[in-house]
Amino acid sequence: MKIAVVGLNHKTADVELREKLAFNGPKLEEGLQKIREIPGIRETVIISTCNRVEIYLQVQDVEKAYADMKDFFVVFFDVRRDSLDTALYLHKDMAAVKHIFRVASSLDSMVVGEPQILGQLKDAFDFALEKKATGVLLNRLLKKSISVAKRVRTETRIAENAVSISFAAVELAKKIFTDLAGKSFMLLGAGEMAELAAKHMMNNGVQDIIVANRTYERGCELSREFNGRAIRFENFPAELVHTDIVICSTGASTFVLHKEHMQKVMKERKQKPVFIIDISVPRNVDPGINDMDNVYLYDVDDLQGVVESNISERQKEAAKAEAIVEDEIETFRRWMMTLNSVPTVIALRERAETIRKDELERFFNRFPSLGEKERKAIEGMAGAIINKLIHAPTVALKNDAEDKDVLIALIKRLYDLNGEDHEKE
Amino acid sequence: METMLFELALTCYFAATIVCLLELFKGSKATSRIMVGLVIAGFALHTANIAARYIISGHMPTASLHEATSFFSWCIVLLFFFLEYRYRIGLLGSFIMPVVFILMLTSSILPRKIENLSPLLQSSWLFIHTAFAFIGDAAFAMAFGVGIMYLIQEHYVKSKHLGGLFKKLPSLQILDEMNYRLITIGFPFLSLAIISGSLWAESSLGTFWRWDPKEVWSLITWFIYALVLHVRLTQGWRGKRAAILSIIGFSAVLFTFFGVNLLLKGYHSFK
Repeated sequence: MKIAVVGLNHKTADVELREKLAFNGPKLEEGLQKIREIPGIRETVIISTCNRVEIYLQVQDVEKAYADMKDFFVVFFDVRRDSLDTALYLHKDMAAVKHIFRVASSLDSMVVGEPQILGQLKDAFDFALEKKATGVLLNRLLKKSISVAKRVRTETRIAENAVSISFAAVELAKKIFTDLAGKSFMLLGAGEMAELAAKHMMNNGVQDIIVANRTYERGCELSREFNGRAIRFENFPAELVHTDIVICSTGASTFVLHKEHMQKVMKERKQKPVFIIDISVPRNVDPGINDMDNVYLYDVDDLQGVVESNISERQKEAAKAEAIVEDEIETFRRWMMTLNSVPTVIALRERAETIRKDELERFFNRFPSLGEKERKAIEGMAGAIINKLIHAPTVALKNDAEDKDVLIALIKRLYDLNGEDHEKE
Repeated sequence: METMLFELALTCYFAATIVCLLELFKGSKATSRIMVGLVIAGFALHTANIAARYIISGHMPTASLHEATSFFSWCIVLLFFFLEYRYRIGLLGSFIMPVVFILMLTSSILPRKIENLSPLLQSSWLFIHTAFAFIGDAAFAMAFGVGIMYLIQEHYVKSKHLGGLFKKLPSLQILDEMNYRLITIGFPFLSLAIISGSLWAESSLGTFWRWDPKEVWSLITWFIYALVLHVRLTQGWRGKRAAILSIIGFSAVLFTFFGVNLLLKGYHSFK
């Protein structure tokens, strides 16, 4: 009954290797099947994302399982053995539990606090469950890791702040406008980052999209992609009167939007707020515009600053999350202890001894005239009966059988051994 | 009895204010629930206190500065419940409960004797006139709180340092709309208070307008809020400017209420 994690992640393997070892499509089921056939491996969950490939195992012998898994990777994915030497890691027992808790809580992610990993973990678990590849231990462990992740998310603010420039822009827009639905949006110029930001805005409900590009044809192309409309670049100043959010990245070497112009625009739109994001370098929007009322101008550095302070905020929250993980590991460790058969064997023996002593005492009280010799003989006989009775269950408990957890539970129930160690979940 | 109700209400509001201020730094669902619970308890006790005074005196309990201030706070809390229920603006309590508490504290140190109403004021106009006035003032107090919230949030976004409250405060648009809406509620009530007051004066004193200091200052307040609405609609003075104007407007409200009573004399003055 040992837990092991064998795998690799973005810290130990480059993307090239991670790609090769990914369990894509039918490979997941095939891989799961192959691993289950390896002797000594009793429970298996495979998690395969773009940043990590990990196998969670319940095994008899951890070192052997590690060697077997390495062989498996070499054969199954057809990779060179030495390429795995530094990439593959092994965590066992409580370290493995900790690792899985940290993965689920997104503490081991490339971007700490990113929310996708929990969903991916759930999917991986569901798949293994469906294929009946898991048992008592991994079921409990995976369910626990999901609840730990949820606890981390509710008790810390690890996932709260945007850590990419385009998300930071959306976050800001929401604090200026509340609801982005019904807001109009202008893409001034086209760049990769601007397009990404535009997509995020759209995902958050922005509907009316205008594209103004120096090359009109390219603008038309883009506007089709976003289901918006294209205008000629010269016409953008007039359009600003009806625009709430502007993302600017034209590649021009000077300002394309000046303060004097913006003042006119603001007057015409009766000071309705405008959020301008200038992600061009060199800047395309006169920074003086930010001094005007109801206009909020952010350039790349401003957004970067927001992102950085968010990241440091996340790191502070990560420390709290680690404490929660430690706390939960302790609970899990206590639960695992109850799976151990030794306390049950001891409890069984104690129970038998108590019965023997009580019965002998009663018997001797009823027959006080018995001599020393007879007493000794009767005591010996009682001991022999007890020993023979508990011999078979004890042997069964000590054997490292596959259904040991079931046996332990059964014996505890049959002999009423559940004293104080009721573990509640 | 009614004094004890007042003390208990004050205590509840005090506790709610502390929770509200804690919420600025470390808020959770639990703290906001505790806060709402405390405000509800305070409000119930407060209502009982006002009702008791009404029964004892037989007239609208706005006949002394103590009563008037207490009734003013009561109106603010009532409006707070409405906004909290209807719009759920984050942190609104943190900005309005301190105002309520300070008003109640002021009320608590003023003489609490139940006054006999001078024959001049014995009229159902007292109820109509003061109810209009205080509902209007409560809306202005709320607009003041929301205006401060706006200025803080605006400062964060403008300065690009998204400080601690950035997350918790609502968006600029909501705060600005709320500010505007509250003033559009407060303004007609203030107008009605002035109109009902002059009708009352006409029926009891034979003249609509006597240039009593309270009347003058109410008129000044009325002009300030008329200006706020006017420049908003014509010049687009929204956002920061509107927030600042609503803060100036509320100081005029406070002066009309306290300043005139304490510093100047007139038939509006309490004994």
